[in-house]
Amino acid sequence: MTPHLEYLLRIGDSTLILGQRLSEWCGHAPVLEEDIALANVALDLIGQSRLVLTHASTIEGAGRDEDQLAFLRTEGQFRNVTLVELPNGDFGRTVLRSFLFSTFLRELWTGLAASADSGLAAIAAKSVKESRYHVQHAGEWVIRLGDGTDESHARMQRAVDDLWPYTAELFAPTPVDDMVHAAGVGVKWTELRSAWDATVLPVLEEATLKAPEGSAFVSRGKLGMHSEHMGHLLTEMQYLQRTYPGATW
Amino acid sequence: MLTEAEAWQVLRTVPDPEIPVISVCELGIVRAIRATDDALTVVVTPTYSGCPATEVIAASIRTALGEAGAATVSVETQLSPAWTTDWIEADAAARLRAYGIVPPNRTAETAVQTIRLVPRAIACPRCDSRKTTRLAAFGSTACKALWRCEDCMEPFEEFKPL
Repeated sequence: MTPHLEYLLRIGDSTLILGQRLSEWCGHAPVLEEDIALANVALDLIGQSRLVLTHASTIEGAGRDEDQLAFLRTEGQFRNVTLVELPNGDFGRTVLRSFLFSTFLRELWTGLAASADSGLAAIAAKSVKESRYHVQHAGEWVIRLGDGTDESHARMQRAVDDLWPYTAELFAPTPVDDMVHAAGVGVKWTELRSAWDATVLPVLEEATLKAPEGSAFVSRGKLGMHSEHMGHLLTEMQYLQRTYPGATW
Repeated sequence: MLTEAEAWQVLRTVPDPEIPVISVCELGIVRAIRATDDALTVVVTPTYSGCPATEVIAASIRTALGEAGAATVSVETQLSPAWTTDWIEADAAARLRAYGIVPPNRTAETAVQTIRLVPRAIACPRCDSRKTTRLAAFGSTACKALWRCEDCMEPFEEFKPL
């Protein structure tokens, strides 16, 4: 796989898998308005993923379209970050994860809008506008729940403690980043950290939540090494295409 | 065969499937029409990446132009420059309001988005009261937010600037 394709899959797969996770809330959210909101955010993410995977399939040139990339690859061939494949947990944990990842995505799209890959630049310029609304929506909930009741605060702090270690992967340097950056195609994810901190840290503070101390743990989903949750997620997401290969409607 | 000008006239009668009071042209998503001797190509830009209406819009465009006499119609998607609510025509904005949807502010006025619990109040499209509350950041579709007027007690939607 070329670094260019690898890089596109990291983005296309991360948006796809978070879209899949958020879709699980459809019909289950605490209130109707948030049910609709999460489904709308999921639609945006899956829409962004479709654009990126379609572009990736063109770059790959192997005749695999977006659906084949999404539904017929196995766990080890997915390049999403581990953070997005973790189970939703409760509503608070879900919006916290959304906030952490959407903020990252907003900075990534901002950087990629200047990519030498014009197809990717067009997707990025469009998607960044959607990500801004996702950050705003999730960020508001993080503040409301973190600085809320004793129960909501305690749950949000546990969610921060559990999810925070997985954010290290977002910024972990890889040779793929260096190569796409040298080609003018991509931005190095490690360089997005300061912009991400500038949004995330003040919101956590306003939410009266504390980020845990850094640890040596770095998840490796973007390298194709996933958590135990990924296989189960794919089992559900890919069921139809696995059972009826090539089915369309 | 239809000329480009005739095709534009036809598309001005094709409503947006989610907001039928405005046409796809007024929404600003039809970017170009190219006519050759035997085919029409309509260039459309999507609103939101995940907008479920995108495929319905393409089908409506093909049907309308087909019924108007075009033999071959293809709909092309163009991502860049990205669609913005600033492209919604001014007349259409007034009709949106009459339909109960507050039209979007210009994006330049909302470029800096802060995370805050209480968004700026907007006026109710029915009674003009500014005593309004935002109920949800996303409405029936991603492009809208859901509000309630505290004076006339009616719910309404806001087309969010994008």
